[in-house]
Amino acid sequence: MSISPATWARTALNRLLDASPLVIALLLAFMVASTLLLALNVSPLEGFASMFEGAFGNENSTAETFVKATPMLFVAIGICIAFRGGMTNVGGEGQMIMGAVAGTAVALAAGEPLGWLGIPLAIIAGFIAGALYGGLAGWLKAWFNVNEILSTIMLNAIAVQFMNFMLNGPMLDPTEAGVNQIPKTARILETIQLPRLSLPLPPGVADLFSLQNAELFARTRLHWGLVIAVLLAVVAYFLLWRTTVGYRIRAVGENERASRYAGISVRGHMVLSMMLAGGFAGLAGIIQVLGLQYRLQTDGSATGFTGNAGFNGIVVALFGGLNPLGAIPASAFFGGLLVGAQKMQRDLGVPAALITSINGLIVIFAVSSEYFRVWLTRRRRLAEAEAQQKAASASTAGVPS
Amino acid sequence: MAVAAPTINEAAPAGRKRIKITRTLVFSILFVAFGVWLILGAINTLTPETSTLLTFGAGTPDLPVPTQIITLISGIYYAAAGVICLIMAQQRLRTILLLIGGVLLIPVIIIIAAADASTNVTTLLSVSLRLSTPIVLGAMAGIWCERSGVSNIAIEGMMLTGACNGFVVFTILSPNLATGEAQLVGVIISILSGGLMSLLLAWLSITYKTNQIVAGTVINIMAVGITSFIRREVLFSSEAGRGTLAPWPIPVLSDMPVVGEIFFSGRPIFYMMFVLVIVTHVMLYFTRWGLRTRAVGENPRAADTLGVNVIRNRWINVFIGGMIAGLAGAWFSLETTGSFDDNMTSGRGFIALAAMIFGKWTPFGAFAGGILFGFSDAMGQRFQFLGVPIPPQFLQMVPYVITIIVLAGLVGRAQAPKADGVPYDKEGK
Repeated sequence: MSISPATWARTALNRLLDASPLVIALLLAFMVASTLLLALNVSPLEGFASMFEGAFGNENSTAETFVKATPMLFVAIGICIAFRGGMTNVGGEGQMIMGAVAGTAVALAAGEPLGWLGIPLAIIAGFIAGALYGGLAGWLKAWFNVNEILSTIMLNAIAVQFMNFMLNGPMLDPTEAGVNQIPKTARILETIQLPRLSLPLPPGVADLFSLQNAELFARTRLHWGLVIAVLLAVVAYFLLWRTTVGYRIRAVGENERASRYAGISVRGHMVLSMMLAGGFAGLAGIIQVLGLQYRLQTDGSATGFTGNAGFNGIVVALFGGLNPLGAIPASAFFGGLLVGAQKMQRDLGVPAALITSINGLIVIFAVSSEYFRVWLTRRRRLAEAEAQQKAASASTAGVPS
Repeated sequence: MAVAAPTINEAAPAGRKRIKITRTLVFSILFVAFGVWLILGAINTLTPETSTLLTFGAGTPDLPVPTQIITLISGIYYAAAGVICLIMAQQRLRTILLLIGGVLLIPVIIIIAAADASTNVTTLLSVSLRLSTPIVLGAMAGIWCERSGVSNIAIEGMMLTGACNGFVVFTILSPNLATGEAQLVGVIISILSGGLMSLLLAWLSITYKTNQIVAGTVINIMAVGITSFIRREVLFSSEAGRGTLAPWPIPVLSDMPVVGEIFFSGRPIFYMMFVLVIVTHVMLYFTRWGLRTRAVGENPRAADTLGVNVIRNRWINVFIGGMIAGLAGAWFSLETTGSFDDNMTSGRGFIALAAMIFGKWTPFGAFAGGILFGFSDAMGQRFQFLGVPIPPQFLQMVPYVITIIVLAGLVGRAQAPKADGVPYDKEGK
């Protein structure tokens, strides 16, 4: 049977439609954003240009974008694992906080004698604390059938109060007590801070792009956390798709019952995927402290410390197709969106809060376009079945009964 | 949100021996621990001279209470009740003992917290009830949605939007209208904008069948962005407004000594809380619509077979729920503070959800849960004031911890509507 050009074109179009939900979601979100900008008497082109300029316009803004992207990437890696394992983890905020509290405590306790060894110790402590906190939700789900979304929301609130308690009591820096009402810990030692990241450039390149320094990203806030995050994203990808454990996690997420019949410990892998998710979120928290803030501080709310990375990480993960490797560009994109929004606010007086709502819009469109895709496939299948039926009835009509 | 769906638990390995964690066991252990703590505290930190002065407001006599004796007696009661519950197998006796312990908890905490000081019980109770208003209203919003099978995580966002929009409209209108009228319009706008947000949820989760939790989370995130955007655009530049809804003391009843201040001298939305609890209860259990709603929430296919329009039922219920959440939002901005701040609902929507689960998806249960959480809120403020060595942060954790415990089924099975959170697909299997 030869394929007619019409069929081929339809197939190609279908493929395109299948692959495009995210692009469509983006376009729709930008259309809505444009409308809003127009309503504010700002030219959308000017607005988006300003955003892009603010996100990737120069060395420093690019670095800021990556700084914003780093915690989101960590959380997103964990979210990929949890969602693949069938666990809707919305507890990134709380797990980040727990990781940060534990890690900071270790970093402060390690102090002088251990030198740089404090860094890995703090990071491991952050991972473990986050993992335990995430695993708690997993355990409640696996053994007590507690909906993990509800429990992680509740655990988020508990973690915030726990952080407030620690910062106002046991971990409060005595010299800072009472200073401008912001509870914070002591500053961690310089030996335990993650070094800043800069890339040496071949001679001449710096002049070519009229950079101020011979090293790219020198004198910016970019730190090694980004490299750790990217490396771990690759590790997580291999874990999910190239190891038995990853296969089992995905199997449990895909079909719980079938996995049980295949002899996979469903409960164990539920807890495991939540522990990994929590662990990565915990890393996001402790890296934020070690690489950027050098102390734990908050204004009493979760976002005061996390900057909403725990929730934005979900958006990043969904946008990266629930694939850790996809989350890398997605995190840079959303980091750029957030940093660019601030620039737009400075330049054009457009509130950065607008971008927060646009973030939400993107998710809504992404999720709805997924439905649209399913609907398309179903309609296509129906049409095919109908065509087959027609063909079948045509062939039987030719045969005399 | 099929909380009670017995998917995994059924497959528990039968051979392993485990102590069955029951509600009584957990409570008994908690009681013993609490009792021992009280006895030790009474002996170590209190002296026989310590006394607590309970006052009840103007026109009523003050009541001095010997703190140490009360603490000792209640400590002994809790320890004994816990032990009895552990030993005796009589379910009836256990229930009674536990119930008395639960009721005793609030007065005991008040008396201990106010050792060597005086505390105004009437004010404390009245503040508790006022603080529980948004929680109870939010819980009612949740009941309307979840009883029809749509799980609503977005109560927080709906409240926030209601709080913001109502107040913004009030601010814009107040130069031209009388304060009362502007406030009325503001409250109506709050209700409608809560409803509008819920339509978004309905559209996403009922018609488009997206994951209801994702839809709800997104609405929450968007609500934060939109409201702080609106605040910056409108409220920064405008100076008019301020002022809260005027109190509505009910003529004769509000003059009664204690009860008057607690129940009959509130503001409008406070009264609406009682009205809506009763309305929700009547709607759910005594009307045709309520019967259909419960049917749709439990078994949409059966309801559909009998001719109930599942999709329409859910849309309407979610819309009404959203409007109630919007009203709860108006409590923050229009009734209480007379201002709007970014994220001013600060998690009350989630506590409302907790109260709803605590009350097992029933209006009066949720009402009780809301009051309990309102009380722990009020005690949080009070404890800081009285200098009790329990960090206030731990008190603020209490509602969330209780919710998790309830969800885990340790304190009676939380019975979610069976079809809660499951989109209905007419053609599906």
